[in-house]
Amino acid sequence: MNALVAVPVIVPLIGTSLTVLTAPWRWAQRVVSLLALSINVVVSIVLLMSVDDDEMLVMQAGGWKVPLGISLVVDRLSAVMLVVSSLMLVSVLVYAIGQGAEESRYAGFNPAYLVLSAGVSASFVTGDLFNLFVAFEMMLVASYVLLTLGGRPGQVRSGMSYVVISLVASTFFITALALIYSATGTVNMAELSQRIPELSDGVRTGFSLLFILVFGIKAGLFPLFFWLPDSYPTAPGAITAVFAGLLTKVGVYAIIRSQTLLFPPDSQQGAFLLVLAGFTMVVGVLGAIAQDDLRRMLSFHIISHIGYMIFGLALFSLAGVAGAVFYVVHHIVVKTALFLVAGLVERRAGSDRLSRVGGLVRSAPVIAVLFALPALSIVGIPPFSGFVGKFALVGAGIESDEWAMVAVSLLVSALTMYVMVRIWAGVFWGEPEDPAITAWMASDDSRVPHLMTASTTAVVAMSVALMVFAGPVYGYAQRTAEDLLAPDRYVDIVIGDEG
Amino acid sequence: MSVLLAFAAAFLFASGTYLLLQRRLSRILIGVGLIGHGSNIMLLISGTGSGIAPIIGTGDPADFSDPLPHALALTSIVITFGVTAFLLALAYRSWRITHDDVVEDDVEDRYIARRRDRDQMIVEEELAEREQARDEDRP
Repeated sequence: MNALVAVPVIVPLIGTSLTVLTAPWRWAQRVVSLLALSINVVVSIVLLMSVDDDEMLVMQAGGWKVPLGISLVVDRLSAVMLVVSSLMLVSVLVYAIGQGAEESRYAGFNPAYLVLSAGVSASFVTGDLFNLFVAFEMMLVASYVLLTLGGRPGQVRSGMSYVVISLVASTFFITALALIYSATGTVNMAELSQRIPELSDGVRTGFSLLFILVFGIKAGLFPLFFWLPDSYPTAPGAITAVFAGLLTKVGVYAIIRSQTLLFPPDSQQGAFLLVLAGFTMVVGVLGAIAQDDLRRMLSFHIISHIGYMIFGLALFSLAGVAGAVFYVVHHIVVKTALFLVAGLVERRAGSDRLSRVGGLVRSAPVIAVLFALPALSIVGIPPFSGFVGKFALVGAGIESDEWAMVAVSLLVSALTMYVMVRIWAGVFWGEPEDPAITAWMASDDSRVPHLMTASTTAVVAMSVALMVFAGPVYGYAQRTAEDLLAPDRYVDIVIGDEG
Repeated sequence: MSVLLAFAAAFLFASGTYLLLQRRLSRILIGVGLIGHGSNIMLLISGTGSGIAPIIGTGDPADFSDPLPHALALTSIVITFGVTAFLLALAYRSWRITHDDVVEDDVEDRYIARRRDRDQMIVEEELAEREQARDEDRP
């Protein structure tokens, strides 16, 4: 059972080498990639079930014991992240195949996509801080390639700033690792959890802030979010959905993991993170209001919702962390769905500018429904999963007497509603404002391939399933929060393991 | 020795940061490279200090230098190397497209900024008209 832990990392990497070998035959690449990602889904679900009834799974790579080898650990948080991310990766790959754009034009798409999925899984299962850096790099290098696939001028320009900012973040990460190794003599997270409390107060706080800085750049926290809305919208359609759904959430995962596991309660940056979370929410949603391009609006909107997750974490209470975990899961699914719908709109209407497109509710009612469900969910209208997440977070905020943050989060929800209404009014109501759009929509090119609609429907169905099964999922999130707030068990199992 | 290396790292970080803040892509690239070297030096000196090569059978394990930082630094050098190569290819592409290595503004940002100017203009015109209307109403 413990050996299964490595599968979500190894299978996509084997898939990568096979897709490189089968580069001349696109069908073979597709079979290999779909197979590899489907194996990931199955294995992740098996891991989730076994972790939830039993205990966390630990594997020491190569059989080397803790201080020497690299530990791979799956606990409840890792398992749920693995399941959601692998489901999204499969659906988006199907969408990309249906789209017939970058995926069929470039032989490099499938290998890079598989490296990305290996990197995402590796970030979730690793129990070693340096290995987390390597996993981040795997994911980022693949994302550079996917972002600039095609090499159009806009992509090169924004790809440039994305690569430079990520590289600077990685260098900070290495520096943080060097400092932490010289202070404690280990980079294993379980051992760090034992040794960091022995450090002096100032040093601990310094490390805690340094990690918030490093992971905050990846997660798009205020004031480090500026690169995100600039670079995401230029990526090829399907890729933006993966970036939006997964990459920022890997940063959030790393913040949750490092704050809860590595630092004892007295050096967790609760108050500081609360302020950051508030600004992140407000600035993100105000940025979204100002935009005219659908994908840029949604990109700014990601930032705003990262604020909610950090708000939940920053309370460091059971209800807060449980709310944050639930919100991460909900947001990955819903955001991916919204970006996939943005791709459908662009295909059907030939543009995704609010000032040009219009009237899709009559000309493409299916797309309108597919947009409406996740949009209502992200706003937090009951009974959708966004309501459950926001209700949990606001409840946790009230319990901890953080009234200012409760007010901010409710205000931001109202503004989110405004953003979604603007999109609905601009894209789905009225008539196309631009004659070129009307001409495009009459032509055959505007037909949306069935595979694209089908995979979007699948992701929207998953978001609806999150609403239907909100009770069990929230129960799982609560058990996850209990584990996270009592890291001793994690440490005992990782270090005590004889594997 | 460590002190000297620490100063070297500090110097690399400082000059790298300066270069990173420039508008020219070629300078940014060199800046990123320098900061990368600085952090690799930090990794190298994070171990327990100097010693003999840590190979079993060559001496007393107590005299070994700490091998882990070397392994970490090596990994990070390889990764930085790969990413820098990619960045250079991207910079070359950018030069082929624009024949210039100045980092450009975001087009969408400019569009939004222009919209703000336009709104401002509309407001000013409106105010001027009202002013005029009021002047005419006056006896």
